[in-house]
Amino acid sequence: MGSSERTPFENPVVEWVDSRLPVFTMMQKEYGVFPTPRNFNYLWNFGAIAMFMLVTMIVTGIVLAMHYTANTELSFDSVERIMRDVNGGWLLRYIHMNGASFFFIAVYIHIFRGMYYGSFKKPRELLWMLGVVIFLLMMATAFIGYVLPWGQMSFWGATVITNLFSAIPLVGDSIVTLLWGGFSVDNPTLTRFFALHYLLPFVIFAVVFLHVWALHVTGSNNPLGLEPKTKKDTLPFHPYYTMKDSFGLVVFIIIYALFIFFMPNALGHPDNYIPANPLVTPAHIVPEWYYLPFYAMLRAITFDIGIPFTDIVIISAKLGGVIAMFGSILLWFVLPWLDTHPIRSARFRPLFRPLLLLLLVDFIFLGYVGSQSADATLLGLPLSAFGLLATGYYFAFFLVILPWLSKNEKGRALPASIHEAVLAKNKKAG
Amino acid sequence: MTADSEDRRDFLQLTGAAFGAVGVACVAAPMINSLNPAKDTLALASTEVDISTIPEGEAKTVMWRGKPVFIRHRMKEQIESARDVDMNDLADKETDEDRVEKPEWLVTIGICTHLGCVPVGQKSSDVHGDYGGWFCPCHGSHYDTSGRIRKGPAPKNLAVPPYEFISDTVIKIG
Repeated sequence: MGSSERTPFENPVVEWVDSRLPVFTMMQKEYGVFPTPRNFNYLWNFGAIAMFMLVTMIVTGIVLAMHYTANTELSFDSVERIMRDVNGGWLLRYIHMNGASFFFIAVYIHIFRGMYYGSFKKPRELLWMLGVVIFLLMMATAFIGYVLPWGQMSFWGATVITNLFSAIPLVGDSIVTLLWGGFSVDNPTLTRFFALHYLLPFVIFAVVFLHVWALHVTGSNNPLGLEPKTKKDTLPFHPYYTMKDSFGLVVFIIIYALFIFFMPNALGHPDNYIPANPLVTPAHIVPEWYYLPFYAMLRAITFDIGIPFTDIVIISAKLGGVIAMFGSILLWFVLPWLDTHPIRSARFRPLFRPLLLLLLVDFIFLGYVGSQSADATLLGLPLSAFGLLATGYYFAFFLVILPWLSKNEKGRALPASIHEAVLAKNKKAG
Repeated sequence: MTADSEDRRDFLQLTGAAFGAVGVACVAAPMINSLNPAKDTLALASTEVDISTIPEGEAKTVMWRGKPVFIRHRMKEQIESARDVDMNDLADKETDEDRVEKPEWLVTIGICTHLGCVPVGQKSSDVHGDYGGWFCPCHGSHYDTSGRIRKGPAPKNLAVPPYEFISDTVIKIG
């Protein structure tokens, strides 16, 4: 961002600013003429869509914070006041509430696209890892945001999730007391959660900036997984991808708006419209849908791990579940070193492709398991057994299958370059 | 630069960085400590309960540290069934004698040791589970008349809070 060569702008005001602070030159370089692979498909929309959702959440969130009161006696009523009395408050809240879900939809697709096309591989490892940091921050932000309305699910979700930290040996209980600021989830917990819920989105914004910066150093990956070699392989970002992103964004917003206006509570849980009551637990505590696969992994570990034939327990069932849940995401940090196969795109990997798609099915199935009560059954067998099996495949995929494939999978022949592959396809289509 | 002055430079940089790290920790400590339970929260850490209003066979739920505490006035049969148990049948081995101050009064924290739900069984019309004590509707844990886990996913017995009898009719929890 130094004072490298600059083409003067015709507009004198723009030129006056740009010669002192070259923001226009930067925008022109990074978003105007930025060379972008010419073969993106619509899966490459979701980075821009996620960015749009982050801005939507911050803007609606700031306005909602002006009407919200963080106090156990007042929170629930202040949210109901937003719904009934504040001008257009219902709209702001429904945009924000469903926005969390749609932010996660965009980000899950974005992450899966990265796995499928090998976007995490050299030289984009750090770009990928920053993305995992963003995902973890999003999970934390969404969780504490769900606590703020102080309904039954807010309270009991907060209780169950903060209790997870008590599984940490020795210091667990002190950590939980520190998180709560008391001896149960209560007013001190709510006020600090509100402060953090306001802070974390800006932290996310900062990490997104680094994520995009890293992206503009390496350039984007593409469906073929080949690096662009010549000018024939790329297009300027504007107008080609500003247009493609805008189109995808509009389609996404239409679906988002359908939820906001026609089924605003479809993704939520009705119990959260009951004020929090520390004396009564809802019969079935479920987290928001975007946590369900991880919640299923938490519950899949129902056995202690110890030294066989003795009573010595090394990892209790509770700690084991917590390790499985956090480990399932932390694994993504080392994904670039678990999958070291030289071919990026799944299109040219006959074994990786079906096994990764199976992982997607496995992940969605885990979501189903997480949504059911712990004693549910499937085909006459306890559902928890299927949950354990699905958790097993998830970990086996990353820890066994990927390293094995990296050494042994024979890939298909790669095209010589992006433009040759694109032109050959166009010729075939005639 | 001589090798000697390079060593000096390294030493100064390392001590500078170390002092900086200690300084950051010193600044962070009071802020993190402020998140621990405040004095007014700690002041609520004990509560006195009049138990003379609980008839035999009935129970009462009181709040202590934001958590429900179950106080049960046990009947003779309930005490007997709690004491007449083979230790090998218990997942978390504790005798009933170790869990009560006076046999007719059972005081436990009313939070399931599995994932923190509140078990049912306080009212006589409630479900009491297979062992006549409490039943947790979340994931199906059964507790006996001593609040011990007998069946289901919970790992431990219902916790007994610290409490003492101030008089025959008043207990102080905490």
